[in-house]
Amino acid sequence: MSATVAAGTTVETGEEIGAIETLRRGVAFSPELKEGFVGTLLLAVLATLGQVIVPIAVQQTLDRGLNGPDGPDVSFMVSMGLVAGAAILLTSIASYAMTARLFSRAEHGLATLRIKAFRHVHDLPLLTQNTERRGALVSRVTSDVDQISQFLVFGGIMFVVSVGQMLVATVIMAIYSWQLTLVVWLCFLPLFLSLRFFQRKLSDAYGTVRQQVGAMLSAISEPVVGAAVVRSYAVEHRTQARIDEAIARHQSASTRAQGYTAFSFSLGGISAGLANAGVLVIGIWLGFADQITAGEVLAFAFLVTLFVGPVQFGTQILTDAQNAIAGWRRVIGILETPADLVDPGPDGEVLPRGPIDIELREVTFAYPGGPPVLHDVSLRIESGSRIAVVGETGSGKSTVAKLLTRLMDPTSGSVLLDGVDVRDIGDASLRRSVVLVPQEGFLFDDTLAANARYGKLDATDEEIVASAAELGLADWLAGLPRGLRTPVGQRGESLSAGERQLVALLRAHLADPDLLVLDEATSAVDPALEMRIGQALERLMSGRTSVTIAHRLTTAENADEVIVVDRGRVVQRGPHADLVAEGGVYGGLHASWVAQQGK
Amino acid sequence: MGPERSTRRATLRDGFAVLWVAIKREPRIFALSTVGSLLFGALTVADAWVLGWATEHVVLPAFRDGEIGAGLLWAVLGLFLGVAILRAVGIVARRLGAGVMQYRMQAHYRRAVTRQYLSLPMEWHQRHPTGQLLSNANSDVEAAWGPIAPLPMAVGTVAMMLIAVGQMLLADLMLALIGLLVFPAVIGANLAYQRLASPLMTKAQALRAEVSEIAHESFDGAMVVKTLGREGEETARFAAKAHELRNVSIKAGRIRAVFDPTLAALPNIGVLIVLAVGVSRVLHGQTGAGEVVTVAYLLTIVSFPIRSIGWLLGEFPRSVVGFDRVHTVLDATGEMEYGARRLDGGKSGQPVGGARLDVDHLAYAYDRDQPVLDEVTFTVEPGRTVALVGATASGKSTLTGLMTRLVDPDGGAIRVDGVDLRDLRRGALAESVAVVPQTAFLFDDTVRGNVTLGADIPDAEVWAALRTAQADGFVAALSDGLDTKLGERGTSLSGGQRQRISLARALVRHPRLLILDDATSAVDPEVEARILGALRSGDGDATLVVVAYRKATIGLADEVIFLDEGRVAARGPHDELLERSPDYANLVNAYEQPEAGDGREPQLTGEGR
Repeated sequence: MSATVAAGTTVETGEEIGAIETLRRGVAFSPELKEGFVGTLLLAVLATLGQVIVPIAVQQTLDRGLNGPDGPDVSFMVSMGLVAGAAILLTSIASYAMTARLFSRAEHGLATLRIKAFRHVHDLPLLTQNTERRGALVSRVTSDVDQISQFLVFGGIMFVVSVGQMLVATVIMAIYSWQLTLVVWLCFLPLFLSLRFFQRKLSDAYGTVRQQVGAMLSAISEPVVGAAVVRSYAVEHRTQARIDEAIARHQSASTRAQGYTAFSFSLGGISAGLANAGVLVIGIWLGFADQITAGEVLAFAFLVTLFVGPVQFGTQILTDAQNAIAGWRRVIGILETPADLVDPGPDGEVLPRGPIDIELREVTFAYPGGPPVLHDVSLRIESGSRIAVVGETGSGKSTVAKLLTRLMDPTSGSVLLDGVDVRDIGDASLRRSVVLVPQEGFLFDDTLAANARYGKLDATDEEIVASAAELGLADWLAGLPRGLRTPVGQRGESLSAGERQLVALLRAHLADPDLLVLDEATSAVDPALEMRIGQALERLMSGRTSVTIAHRLTTAENADEVIVVDRGRVVQRGPHADLVAEGGVYGGLHASWVAQQGK
Repeated sequence: MGPERSTRRATLRDGFAVLWVAIKREPRIFALSTVGSLLFGALTVADAWVLGWATEHVVLPAFRDGEIGAGLLWAVLGLFLGVAILRAVGIVARRLGAGVMQYRMQAHYRRAVTRQYLSLPMEWHQRHPTGQLLSNANSDVEAAWGPIAPLPMAVGTVAMMLIAVGQMLLADLMLALIGLLVFPAVIGANLAYQRLASPLMTKAQALRAEVSEIAHESFDGAMVVKTLGREGEETARFAAKAHELRNVSIKAGRIRAVFDPTLAALPNIGVLIVLAVGVSRVLHGQTGAGEVVTVAYLLTIVSFPIRSIGWLLGEFPRSVVGFDRVHTVLDATGEMEYGARRLDGGKSGQPVGGARLDVDHLAYAYDRDQPVLDEVTFTVEPGRTVALVGATASGKSTLTGLMTRLVDPDGGAIRVDGVDLRDLRRGALAESVAVVPQTAFLFDDTVRGNVTLGADIPDAEVWAALRTAQADGFVAALSDGLDTKLGERGTSLSGGQRQRISLARALVRHPRLLILDDATSAVDPEVEARILGALRSGDGDATLVVVAYRKATIGLADEVIFLDEGRVAARGPHDELLERSPDYANLVNAYEQPEAGDGREPQLTGEGR
């Protein structure tokens, strides 16, 4: 509610950290990924070894069995067949065990990551939560994590296996002929060298795609969220043009990324052809020098396919990995954004029960990068008093509410409740004793009872009804066809704005705070309901310290004391009548209020 | 439409039907990528053939004879490289073609879906939640065209299989027949996998949506969560779903863990059998070593791409569901019909005075049994100001919706300057009538764009409108003035500031009829007073209809129309109504509570009645 555009701290984008660093930090956040990794790796080696035994068996069968020095050796070939059969069985079992383990580890690790990120979003300062697009925050605990999951369970495994297979194939190739192995590697060298280049291009290209997805969604949401405005101003064409543009940009970004993918993938194919030809030609040449037999050259050609397959597949995975790494980066970005309101935890002070007295000691507050919104404010509020804070839009009055409830900490100075700095109070105790009722009473898509119970988790239905009666809401509650079981709808939208406020008050009453901070709602509600709200508020405030950010004259009139904030400073203070007599800023506000009342 | 469409089990036929839509729409690009894929497939097989040929005619003779012609060596090199380069061309054509086709189809459908959003009536919008419509345009479209990516590859694989089979048959009939058994085995394994895994995947997809819903709601209510210290409980709620998703994924993973090695083993088993039989045939002089190598090699290289058929089939269930969901939007009807008439003074620019508004025996109901408006009749003369006053659900907002033709009445008519709104051509109404809603909607655009909405309006007029709306001060203080981006839904401004931008948007058009639907509710009283003052003294000749609660706003009106349960209960000047209608007096006074400054002690009045 500040007049300045809040330049709040934003979530770390994590763009700067490289792929390896991303993996390292990602694993640190999900320790499950490391568990039993050595075992999984052993299984992978076993699975890979088995994969290579078949072509060797083929080679042996052809070279030693079929073309043996003493003619065909049938028993040798049979035993080779049995070895190969056993190898296939071993490979299958090993790769089943490996895959199952990886799935389990990856999903456990990612669930942990998801939950940690979710929790951390709630620990972020309100300022950050507000400046970040909500959809973007949600995507970090959903689709970003899903992308990682796709990579880890399919790509990740296959990449490790591919590299493993490549190395095993290299070793076996080298046993046959180190010269031919060298030939193969030379043929693939340009591909390996160009990978870095393509990775960078792909990373950029996919980065653009993701950006365009966001832009497109935001464009598409306009005719959905703003349907009435688009229609009544007849700006369908303009809106469609903007959407079409966003769609086209997304399309071209995606196509560009696909182009790099296709090109980098095709390089692998060319290298493979080169390697095949090289092996045969050089193989023959080596054969003339009696370095190698025909069977060995042929087996080598088989081994090359074992080498080529994983290389091509690995290249493709690296491509897909760019998406996942980007997702991982974003989740890590969330987790590494500092939660600047540190909970002192179990060492924190515990507030005694009973009305709280408040002291602001030389409090200055500025939004990051902005000018101070509050300057050097010092004031004391006696326990049990009812205070209204008034001031124009942008005066800093809402900031006072956020500091009292520790949604933000002051830039300098301190806020003391019962003489204790709020930063030293344990979060559990603070939230138990201090409750803020915000302007818009947000409700969860559940029943009325569940929403009320949010104030006191173990409240029984009877307690809720009793609490409603204490607020004078018994007949309202009784008037609802389904009573406590009334579903409130998304964000409480099945209820009217006024009824939402009633539920918010009921929730606050069940929470039974010692300090109640209210940000008064401004939206107009039904007059009859308005009165109920007034009455409920009245009852809710009795016996507690209350601070209301007032937008209405009557609220100020009914308060024990009014605190007038103007341009970040407390300029007046006292009972309503005194302040009216005094004139000043309050006099001006009062005059315009009175004029508002009309005749 | 209809639920049976989105819940039915997707069959293979449905999947192919969806693909056929794409092929018909983009035949050329499909042909290109398929040719690319065929090229790739054919050349992959050719690779095996080249290897076989080289073994038989180059390698073995060379080792036997101890010599070789240079020409043959070059031929080997040329063949392999030529095949490889052509294959690379095939890869690029296939992948890029598939990508282009997929992204084109996505774009086609996104454009079609959003055109529907823009043309479908408000009633339709009210029935469909935002999240659903966004996912229709985004993830459902994506899901529908998901199978296009593996499509050319699969078509190519089928071709490759055919060629490979031909090659194997040519090499050795007996060995080929044995090798062929691998294909049905692989396809069978694929089908079994689909059957076992797809229910789990559907479940996982649903859980993903639930996880996302919880996150969205929880972050939306972050303030409540934080101030009541309920982070732990919220995390537990989220964790429960996240764990459920994890467990389903692990289950699906276990099935995958069985499937993958099976798929890998089948061709190997095939190779072993081919070898066993092949060796015996070689021993009996029925075939050559080269033929055995060719068949075994063909089997190995075909075994991997054959999985692409599995990927294609695996995408089908999601695709069919997505396509159906998109089509419920595309098939929705109820588009408004427009006439051909225009209103005087529209577009030509200069205002020709206020418009006359006739509301004639208007009736409207969302639900047949409960009319929201019933026989509402009144006239507002040009240049007059009328306040609509009534309790919640008295029909005020419905009435403003009808006045701007967001919906059409069930009975009666609304006329502007004597013309029924339904006879106006598209866009004509907006040229003369502007509405400012209670909840301001800002576009993801600059301040200027939000005020002009793309119309060619000089900055001086924009500033003038902002001044009347009392928004010039804070806009001037923004970092880039009129060029400041207002971000997604203008979230960086306060509610009152947003309302004032929204008001300026209406004012800058110099409407002949201006409708304010409680449009200053989030503005501080002092600022509101200034806006009302400027409105009164500014464009004085526009007709003004205001929905109001506050007395100051009502005081602005020449006349008050008091709505009660969908009917005009009373009308006349405010003072007169106060005396004449006790219901009206109760309503207006209940809200104001005690009159300030009239000497009485402030106190809460008792319950209304």
